[in-house]
Amino acid sequence: MYPAPAITPELIAEHGLTPEEYERIQEIVGREPNFTELGIFSVMWSEHCSYKNTRALLKGFPVESPRVLVGAGEENAGIIDIGDDLAISFKIESHNHPSAVEPFQGAATGVGGIIRDIFTMGARPVCAINSLRFGELDNSEVRRLFRGVVSGIAHYGNCFGIPTVAGEVYFDKSYEGNPLVNAFALGVLRHDQIARGAAKGVGNPVFYVGPATGRDGLAGAAFASQDLTEESAEQQRSAVQVGDPFMEKLCMEACLELLATGAVAGIQDMGAAGLTCSTCETAARGGTGIEIDLAKVPQRSPGMTPYEILLSESQERMLIIVTKGREEEVKRIFDKWDLPWAEIGFVTDSGQMVVKNHGEVVADLPASKLADDAPIYHREAKEPAYLAEVRSFTLAGVEDLEDPTEALEKLLEWPSIASKNWVYRQYDHMVRANTMVNPGSDAAVIRIKADSVPGGDDREDFPEKLLALAVDCNATHVYLDPYEGSKAAVAECARNLACSGATPIGTTDNLNFGNPHNPELFWQLKEAVRGLAEGCIAFDAPVTGGNVSLYNQNPDGAIDPTPTVAMAGLVEEEWHVTTQWFKEDGDAVILLGAPVDSEDALQGLGGSAYLQVAHETKSGQPPRCNLETECTLGTTLLGLIQSDLVKSAHDCSEGGLAVALAECTFSELEARNAPRFLGAEIDLSAEEDFRLDALLFGESHGRVIITTSELDAVKAVERAKLLGVPAQRIGTVGGKRLKIKTPTGEHAWEVAGLHDLWWNSIGNAMA
Amino acid sequence: MKFAVLQFPGSNCDQDCVHVLQNVLGHPTRLLWHKESVLGDVDAVLVPGGFSYGDYLRTGSIARFSPVMQAVKEFADQGGLVLGICNGFQILCEAGLLPGALIRNRSLQFRCEHVYLKVATQDSPFTQAIPEGKLLRIPIAHGEGNYFCDAATLEELEAKEQILFQYADRDGDVTDHANPNGSLKNIAGICNTARNVAGMMPHPERAAEAALNEDDGRLIFESLIAGLNPAPAPA
Repeated sequence: MYPAPAITPELIAEHGLTPEEYERIQEIVGREPNFTELGIFSVMWSEHCSYKNTRALLKGFPVESPRVLVGAGEENAGIIDIGDDLAISFKIESHNHPSAVEPFQGAATGVGGIIRDIFTMGARPVCAINSLRFGELDNSEVRRLFRGVVSGIAHYGNCFGIPTVAGEVYFDKSYEGNPLVNAFALGVLRHDQIARGAAKGVGNPVFYVGPATGRDGLAGAAFASQDLTEESAEQQRSAVQVGDPFMEKLCMEACLELLATGAVAGIQDMGAAGLTCSTCETAARGGTGIEIDLAKVPQRSPGMTPYEILLSESQERMLIIVTKGREEEVKRIFDKWDLPWAEIGFVTDSGQMVVKNHGEVVADLPASKLADDAPIYHREAKEPAYLAEVRSFTLAGVEDLEDPTEALEKLLEWPSIASKNWVYRQYDHMVRANTMVNPGSDAAVIRIKADSVPGGDDREDFPEKLLALAVDCNATHVYLDPYEGSKAAVAECARNLACSGATPIGTTDNLNFGNPHNPELFWQLKEAVRGLAEGCIAFDAPVTGGNVSLYNQNPDGAIDPTPTVAMAGLVEEEWHVTTQWFKEDGDAVILLGAPVDSEDALQGLGGSAYLQVAHETKSGQPPRCNLETECTLGTTLLGLIQSDLVKSAHDCSEGGLAVALAECTFSELEARNAPRFLGAEIDLSAEEDFRLDALLFGESHGRVIITTSELDAVKAVERAKLLGVPAQRIGTVGGKRLKIKTPTGEHAWEVAGLHDLWWNSIGNAMA
Repeated sequence: MKFAVLQFPGSNCDQDCVHVLQNVLGHPTRLLWHKESVLGDVDAVLVPGGFSYGDYLRTGSIARFSPVMQAVKEFADQGGLVLGICNGFQILCEAGLLPGALIRNRSLQFRCEHVYLKVATQDSPFTQAIPEGKLLRIPIAHGEGNYFCDAATLEELEAKEQILFQYADRDGDVTDHANPNGSLKNIAGICNTARNVAGMMPHPERAAEAALNEDDGRLIFESLIAGLNPAPAPA
């Protein structure tokens, strides 16, 4: 037996537990916990596993709708009905701290973890998206992290065989040293295929499947739940796991095959907190107990202690509870896929999680209390001091533009706006032959066909479905006003879906914030959650799950608060699928929504990309987000699309109207080195009430640029107005230049030149 | 006509091939597990893309030793039609059924994008149904698709018109700028001297349906099918 350290206050603190939490642990256990048990509590009660600082806040999220089959927090991921007995399971999860320490493996295992959450539900993973944040690209360390993260995601997703179909990447100083890596996966299943992570059936054997347990990823969940410092990064390198997408692919195929046999009573992946979390959570969900013997767990290195085996986060491992008497079927499938497996224990009726090592008890804890009774904190929230300055910002000292030529070029070249082709060309975004809209439009659209369902679907006439996916968050806006910015993140995501022809049906969010013990940072979180909740209610797109990542700091302070929002939407008919680029010479260009929010004193320039790029200012009250207006815009746009009036649709976001128009002229890509250019003549000369910079680059919400045929233009404008959406024709598609007439003059850009700046900016920075 | 699509651990374009052959083109197609050593009743074999055996050691290097590949070799030796796509091309090179090798892309990055392919010859069972002068638009998705061989082999490939596809620009010109991975002579696909075994890096199975906005890849499968539906035998 190894010498277990004595439990001292220092050891308790090293485990990230407070003296009060330790007292509570003693109460629950009814005695002093031993070293192994202390380790178990430390990971189960980390923020990552227990949501102890955020659980109270998250109660504000809408989690129900007639479509919700498995709700938020019930299982590894939520499940939503998409009709015809089909359903989707999706979730987003962060891997920020591991990626800061070891970008390639950190990001790769982030993808692996979220894919496992999805197939654990019984669904076949069919697509991935991601949301990334880095410091600015002129810093070589940032470039190293960026390069590593992107190739890690590519490595894992490409090898596994999941298309990475959409995403977003932003660059801002606040993320220097603490990049954000939020990975999303979506899977498909029939209603009768939903699997549960519950240890049901006393006496049922518990199987361990997947590669042997090693010392990698020791206590990663606890690592993710503390401030990131240079020192911690150095010490915690061993907390980063190493991923093997090939093993995960085998594991997924075997698990789906296994679930189809009906021999599985419960299934759970070993993600954060590994064997510990999977055993106690399955027992807690099943209302049962579980007993395992660590000596039976396959081990990669000799001499591992029970503490290490229990807390290891070695990847691609699953825990499967098998119906007694059907063990042989299970073994046959594992052997077919050449997967290592071991029978390590059984389900009991004791309510206890009992861990033995060679027959000797090393931990004996009440499973449900461990899983569900973590303390819940109501942290102090205080409005941050910087907001007073933000609110007092005016445009008085900001000189208006006379000639916008250079400003548009600079904005298109700005890495946060520039094309992300350097990123997505490294991801296989077409495997599985379902991607209908590739990266580079407002939202990705994929098709669900018979082979998207686990085991295939043998219906004669399979009811194919079309799903649109987008992920959004303008964190600058959230920083400047967490409530408005968060509402806007939901609204932008929904707008992107509508532009693609889809109605939102569900949301998953990733709350990336700083240290919750800092009242100002906690206030950001609280306000953001309030905004997200209102947004999701407005769009009737309940939150089906998500992830909280706190302690995102570098020595200079916290990151900009980043509540990433990912949404899935349904497209009813194939011909509703709409893309953002202009289609034909002579088409009418129509703006839906008011050109500038006239009630906004900053005319949409607060927190804008334009102020950051042209005036090096990151301040001002960001544009307000009126959810009612946004919903009306969404339904109106969909109505126009479904009436076959709309040929292209693109929303206005960072960089405003001018950037959106430019993107419409050049973002269609036929093939490598073969973009298609289609200019336009735009007339905004009647908009005399606004500053020129605000008119062209302001970021007022609720605006979409659509094109229709010349014949349909009047009909589209009138119908939009009738439904309560301001609408006006602003120009005509044609030529090789983008010409914009404003109250002060006429400006023109060669589309090819703008495209070069936009397309090559990130590639040049990374060369 | 009957197709078999091989399935290695780590294959991930196997279902896509089955989908196109069976659901889009209407030909019976079955998956053949890598541990099988008999092909059974098939007219053509597809070796699909993916990361067989995780592509550990070297792409395709472990797959060549699988039981099913021994059967494929015999099938090919007897004149059976075999098409390898992406990882399948790498496997066929490793197995010695095709000359040359596929090495890291010169960008050192994985590349997923559409490319234009110039069809270098219609004289093969894989290209015979492609209209003369037709430029194909088909996606690539690989990290190691940089075709390489020694000078003598290249000379032979050219002399015997074994080069099937070359990366081209939108005007059909085979230029270095149009080369996505550094392949010799912009080679995207080749066949053997007997012209019954071919490999290509681009994915025709991802470009065979109007729903995905492209169906040029279909022409390659239709070529195969045309070759396998011989004129009715004399009575």
